[in-house]
Amino acid sequence: MSGREANNRKKEGRNRRQFLTDSARGLCSMGLIGVGLGMYGRQAQSHAPEAIRPPGALPEKEFLSACLRCGLCVEDCPYDTLKLAQLTDPVANGTPYFIARDVPCEMCDDIPCVVACPSGALEKSLDNIDDARMGLAVLIDRETCLNVLGLRCDVCYRVCPLIEEAITLEIERNTRTGVHASFIPTVHSDHCTGCGKCEEACVLEEAAIKVVPTALAKGSLGKHYRLGWEEKEKAGQSLMPDLIKLPTRRPENSK
Amino acid sequence: MSSRKLTAGSAHLVGQEAIEAKGYWQTYRLLILRRVVQLSVLGLFLLGPVAGVWLLKGNLTSSQVLETVPLSDPFVYLQTLFAGHPGETTMLIGTAIVAVFYLLVGGRSYCSWVCPINPVTDAAGWLGRRLGIGRKVSISRKLRYWILALTLILPAVTGIVVWELVNPVSLLHRGIIFGMGMGWYLIAAIFLFDLFVLPKGWCGHICPMGAFYSVVGKYSPLKVKASNRDACNDCMDCFAVCPEPQVIKPALKGKDKGIGPVILSPNCTNCGRCIDICSVNVFEFGSRVANQMENQP
Ligand code: SF4
Ligand code: SF4
Ligand code: SF4
Repeated sequence: MSGREANNRKKEGRNRRQFLTDSARGLCSMGLIGVGLGMYGRQAQSHAPEAIRPPGALPEKEFLSACLRCGLCVEDCPYDTLKLAQLTDPVANGTPYFIARDVPCEMCDDIPCVVACPSGALEKSLDNIDDARMGLAVLIDRETCLNVLGLRCDVCYRVCPLIEEAITLEIERNTRTGVHASFIPTVHSDHCTGCGKCEEACVLEEAAIKVVPTALAKGSLGKHYRLGWEEKEKAGQSLMPDLIKLPTRRPENSK
Repeated sequence: MSSRKLTAGSAHLVGQEAIEAKGYWQTYRLLILRRVVQLSVLGLFLLGPVAGVWLLKGNLTSSQVLETVPLSDPFVYLQTLFAGHPGETTMLIGTAIVAVFYLLVGGRSYCSWVCPINPVTDAAGWLGRRLGIGRKVSISRKLRYWILALTLILPAVTGIVVWELVNPVSLLHRGIIFGMGMGWYLIAAIFLFDLFVLPKGWCGHICPMGAFYSVVGKYSPLKVKASNRDACNDCMDCFAVCPEPQVIKPALKGKDKGIGPVILSPNCTNCGRCIDICSVNVFEFGSRVANQMENQP
């Protein structure tokens, strides 16, 4: 082997070593950055419940994969309801949201925010704003709500764009006075769009009625639960006709 | 001549020779033009929210020209695609328009003519040269391609468009239009990193957006060409101002090795700083085909 060849060999070895260290370095930095970013991404998924997505928004996880953060929805909202999240807001950076207590959604008939969205993060299939489900209003504090206390405030009920459908006033006995009625604001999830007009309007210092993400507000029956009275109606008759015959127990001498 | 130092603090100030030979305007015209373009892009977007004139709506990731033509950033689109969201027609059309545009004018023209981070890192580079601050660490310029891969793999694994949570490019542009909040800290961090840790660190080593546009512009026809390379007097000013100095050498010094005068590397940002800064006008804009022609014996 000539000296030159040996030299070349050496050089090649060094190159290979260089290449390997470079690749290892690249992989390691990539791994580190990846783990960091991944964790931050997970973190970003959990957002503050008071931050409400615009109408027609896909479920949160899909929304985060679809939204381009372009702000077209924000710029087309005539009421300046929507804003884009900034770095330290409790919402994924750059995505649109609103805080109902500050500026609620006015439920525009032509839904300009949805029309503007280029990505489909706000679903175009939403063509009737009454079908929007941005969240669900909940009478979250019965201890301070004036109506529950027996007064006739009624403000949330009055401002509701779907009055008598999304919010009704249910009469309960006022047990404090014993002679009066309380008109309890009651939200119905099959009509409430989560626009937040009620929360904005609540006269208390801190609203007693609040819009929260639907998943947070709603309970759900076990999948196997059947409601007897509904089943009965469906079947047109009792589902267990004459199944159980209980013996009549009477005091012996009674009729 | 080659004993001259690249950094200031020594007798030689980068650009001095060009100013003496060609005057200020000829030495800075492309830089000024670039700043004008960068500001106009931003200004057009700002005109809506500020003055109610909606020529451009949205921001760099997706927008509408005159409320009709959609534009979408192909890099951001790719991330949402990898996250499992195929997208709407509007967005696809917008993406195609932007992609074709950069395919033609050079992918990284985005970096030097449009990107809002560019003035920030340029400023850091300029100040660093003035103060004679060198690099403190060395990172491979390939790192950005690894990060690019990461920004596509992570959405595929987690379903979240992770990079857009932190991407300083979209953050800055969006922030200027919609409000920055704490975002300024991130921008300041990039400035300081480029100034004190690694000159040309962000754009030249880390930014996956730049890496993506390099790929887009791999075969772009519009290129910078060292047509007049025989006149080079080794002042090294072009290397000092170039955000990707490694791309210059083959075209400028490769004559003996039979390398053509066109800067073929897709990392070239088409900023044209080398064209201006050269006192003997070695560089000009040209087309990549010129290379083959001039390579004929
Ligand atoms: S429906 Fe109207 S008010 Fe509500 S978020 Fe959309 S644009 Fe704004
Ligand atoms: S318009 Fe659509 S993609 Fe753009 S920020 Fe709003 S929801 Fe996201
Ligand atoms: S490398 Fe990135 S930050 Fe730098 S100019 Fe290009 S896109 Fe902008």
